[in-house]
Amino acid sequence: MRTLNKAALALIATTALTASALPAAAEDSIFVPLFTYRTGPFAGSGISIADGMHDYLSMLNERDGGIGGVKIAVEECETGYDTKKGLECYEAVKPKHPVMVNPWSTGITLSLIPKASVDKTPILSMAYGLSASAMGDIFPWVFNPPDTYWDGMSMILKYIAAQEGGGMEKLKGKKIGYIYLDAGFGKEPLPFLEQLQKDYGFETKLYPVAPAEMQNQAAQWLNVRRDRPDYMVMYGWGALQPTAIKEAVKINYPMEKFLSIWWPSEEDAKGAGEGATGFKTLNWHAATANFPVIADIQKHVADKGKSQAPKAEIGTVLYNRGVYNSMLIAEAIRTAQKITGKKVVDGEDVRRGLEGLNVDAARLKELGMDGFAGPIKLTCADHNGHRPTFIQRFDGTKYVKVSDWIEPLNDKVEPLLQADAKAYAEKNPSWPKRTEACDSKP
Amino acid sequence: MHILYLIFVDPFVQMAGAPDLLVQTLWEGLVGGVLYALIALGFVLIFKASGVFNFAQGIMMVFAALTLVGLYEKGVPAWLALILAIGIMYLLALAVERVVLRPLVNQPDIMLFMATFGLTYLLIGLGEFVFGGNPKEMPVAALGLPKGSLDFKILGGLVSLQKIDIAAAVIASAMVAGLALFFQHTRIGRALRAVADDHQAALSVGISLNQIWVIVWFTAGIVALATGIMWGARSDVSFALQVISLKALPVLILGGFTSVPGAIVGGLIIGIGEKLGEFYWGPLVGGGIESWLAYVLALAFLLFKPEGLFGEKIIERI
Amino acid sequence: MFYREVGQFKTSYAADQAIFPIRQDRIGLALILLVAFVAIPLLGGEFLIASVMIPFLILALAAIGLNILIGYTGLISLGTAAFMGVGAYACYKLSTLFPQVNILVWILTSGFIACAVGVVFGLPSLRIKGFYLAIATLAAQFFLQWCFGRVGWLYNYNPSGAIEVPGHSLFGVAVTGPSATPVTRYYVVLCIVVAMTWIASNLVHGRIGRNWMAVRDMDIAAQLMGIRLLPAKLLAFAVSSFYAGVAGALMVFIWLGAAEPEAFNINLSFLLLFMVIIGGLGSLLGSFFGAALIHILPIIVRAAPNALGLSVGSATVEHLTYVITGALIIFFLIVEPHGLARLWQIGKQKLRAWPFPY
Repeated sequence: MRTLNKAALALIATTALTASALPAAAEDSIFVPLFTYRTGPFAGSGISIADGMHDYLSMLNERDGGIGGVKIAVEECETGYDTKKGLECYEAVKPKHPVMVNPWSTGITLSLIPKASVDKTPILSMAYGLSASAMGDIFPWVFNPPDTYWDGMSMILKYIAAQEGGGMEKLKGKKIGYIYLDAGFGKEPLPFLEQLQKDYGFETKLYPVAPAEMQNQAAQWLNVRRDRPDYMVMYGWGALQPTAIKEAVKINYPMEKFLSIWWPSEEDAKGAGEGATGFKTLNWHAATANFPVIADIQKHVADKGKSQAPKAEIGTVLYNRGVYNSMLIAEAIRTAQKITGKKVVDGEDVRRGLEGLNVDAARLKELGMDGFAGPIKLTCADHNGHRPTFIQRFDGTKYVKVSDWIEPLNDKVEPLLQADAKAYAEKNPSWPKRTEACDSKP
Repeated sequence: MHILYLIFVDPFVQMAGAPDLLVQTLWEGLVGGVLYALIALGFVLIFKASGVFNFAQGIMMVFAALTLVGLYEKGVPAWLALILAIGIMYLLALAVERVVLRPLVNQPDIMLFMATFGLTYLLIGLGEFVFGGNPKEMPVAALGLPKGSLDFKILGGLVSLQKIDIAAAVIASAMVAGLALFFQHTRIGRALRAVADDHQAALSVGISLNQIWVIVWFTAGIVALATGIMWGARSDVSFALQVISLKALPVLILGGFTSVPGAIVGGLIIGIGEKLGEFYWGPLVGGGIESWLAYVLALAFLLFKPEGLFGEKIIERI
Repeated sequence: MFYREVGQFKTSYAADQAIFPIRQDRIGLALILLVAFVAIPLLGGEFLIASVMIPFLILALAAIGLNILIGYTGLISLGTAAFMGVGAYACYKLSTLFPQVNILVWILTSGFIACAVGVVFGLPSLRIKGFYLAIATLAAQFFLQWCFGRVGWLYNYNPSGAIEVPGHSLFGVAVTGPSATPVTRYYVVLCIVVAMTWIASNLVHGRIGRNWMAVRDMDIAAQLMGIRLLPAKLLAFAVSSFYAGVAGALMVFIWLGAAEPEAFNINLSFLLLFMVIIGGLGSLLGSFFGAALIHILPIIVRAAPNALGLSVGSATVEHLTYVITGALIIFFLIVEPHGLARLWQIGKQKLRAWPFPY
């Protein structure tokens, strides 16, 4: 056993050593690891996002030679949406000093949040993760722009009220069904819904779908048939979404009244055929390829064969979401370079960069993203932005924007966020007080 | 008192109140049950012939369906893809017999069980490597399967039967009937039954075990393909389907590992039971009980009949 | 030549019944402990300690628990992950209700809670056998996992639905939470695992272990010889669940830091089963071998292309990891169906006879 054990140890040690020795060669680059999942039960959603994130950063490298003249070292790590593998990825990239991590899984985000301040690595969980991490005073290292799931729920309800012809009071007496992935992500809006149904007098019906039963939803939709909710709201992911849409079509649920948070893709709706026409989701960015930035990706990355994305995928909802995520990464790095005057920034600088992030309309135009998404500005206190979103409707082949920008109900979301963030800090007696200085003067 | 009412009275009041929903629930349960039964059937076939508890049956279903859809997406016509998928299942059966079963012959059951775990991993990796991990849509129309639904306005409401579900039930019944005929009336079928009864005796009358194993695994592969097509048409073909295939396990307990009729009856009981449970009793505890109800039902059942409904009576000798 | 016990005389029964009767084994064990306690923390990088050694030890502990059930008592269980979950959630509840108590106390106490739950789900084992029992334990797996997600009290009604581990310290040194260094966490896990392995080895070598093995080999025969089946089987379930519970609590508190119910899903149960069977049924050493193979092998496969300077997509690597793991499982079963522990036995025998094999 001695020899065996030693041999094994030596093998591990060498692999660990070589793995950590590699990036040392590229001293003047900024290391951005991308946690992606192209395998596992959620791969259907994960592949497009991974491609979008990857391609935007490669495009910056190809076109501009990186950010501020510094190349970005992009490295993908496969998590399979599994928390354990995600943590392993985190430990594997840690010695290479990443400037930020994008966990792309609520479970991984929750595990990483306490580590962020200790390891001085900011976390960018774009519109997922812990809603309360929007509170910069308590979570100085975590960012979740542009919206929390509570914002999302409030905007969906606002849209429903508008459909009923007025303000939130129109929800009174309505029955709203909520079908969700029975995991942290889907359960997060529950306290918020409870609060709002008290405030506005509507009724909610819950239809949880266990992760193992994502493709077996007949019972849930039978319940929908019995309860006849006026509207259906879905917080789903992966295989849950196409199955839900198919089942909704099957029971002849009016698709115009079936709304979802921002995660379904075109493919998810297409499976159900023409029946899915009218299905609506929330979104905050364009779902087409008609933007200079996408054209640049085509030219500098896809046409050179450096993208893993098939041609049809470029410009789809989730691909563009990946692009948006990478835009935030890049802009945060650029802001950090501006604030610190350094070229090669580190995690602490990028945290300041994220807090000073201000992508206004002019900047979006420079980026070739005019009309791609709304402007976004983060501050030290607000790590989210609570940006307005719009409703897009599935027309049989693609999503089309059908509503104006809808502002979230900040007055309802804010107190819950505050209470939740406070509770999080209180439950952790050793939770560090914010000591990080704030750059932008309020 | 109110709790008792909710558990023991209210669900039945609901059933009587909306018979159309009851019929619909039963139908959904029936279809789900048919699909569980088909997966269980694959298990039973292999268990009878080779004594292997084939954990890989679920992934074989995904792999077969994925091969079909993957080839179709690469531009192969649907009928050809179907034939090729069957061919690949045959190759798989050959490979399994040659690489896994033959070297492991006469090992304890749990080793063979373990080997099928290895096979599961191998097929997951291989499937994702070749066809990619994204869910794929089953080309229902190209395969000549019906789409749409039949709606009946009866019982003061609407009962809607999906044509694809009807097709699933018909194909499953035809398949079971075909298998029964095959087992009863063909030479190979008789050989199969002989092997299932007693390996040694079958060997001594000149039946080739290796050949039988290939045939059995191939048959299970075809059953897997059919199941994969049906379930893939209901949702999508993706690796998440594999988890659902675990539902065949309580079916097996209920029906017994060695009984084909048991697999079918067990499948229907589990399918209908879990849908009724989820629909009428699930809301009492917040729903989502479908994920464990089948197992608990099967467990409760086992306590009274440890060898399943139609399983062979376990006789223990010292 | 290396393993010759010639000249090692035993002058008492105690010496003859020792777990390691041969001097070379004792030296080997001492060396391994030396490496584990001194060399790895001193020389190992953070990745080696945090992502390789800590998970490996925790998984090995859970595998020991499962091995007691499957390898020593012959009861197949597919619900280990759920019992780990019970330990984790119990520890979370206890440590948030009484935060001032030493966290190690709670980690061990949660083992007892897992033990109680395990006994309840072990009751059917008296009537149900073999694969039927395996499937019956799946009921525990799915039911408990559902409870973790549905019973709000268990996760303190956190809106995220997950349990998040607060920081705890021991004698002024942080052992859980973000400020605990990997080395500290490693020592905590190592001490618990070494102690519990020692206890397990005493259990299985004593009267209780003999009872279990008699039940495993043929329970009716064991009954005729005067072993009461119900207590023997339930004790196996209890001890096994205790180990799983402690491993689960360690997994969340020391390794992951936060967990959703999905962390205890069926795949983890299956992985543990792999470890036990590949490592060797009825061998504590095998549990370590199995955990090492199943946990560390994929890490090496993933790191290999990078180390060799090849650029392979991360997804492709993951696919290959699956293929290679699957192929290796089959390969090992064919080469040595009794697991790595048996391979080690054979190797030892070869070493003893080397260089003049007979």
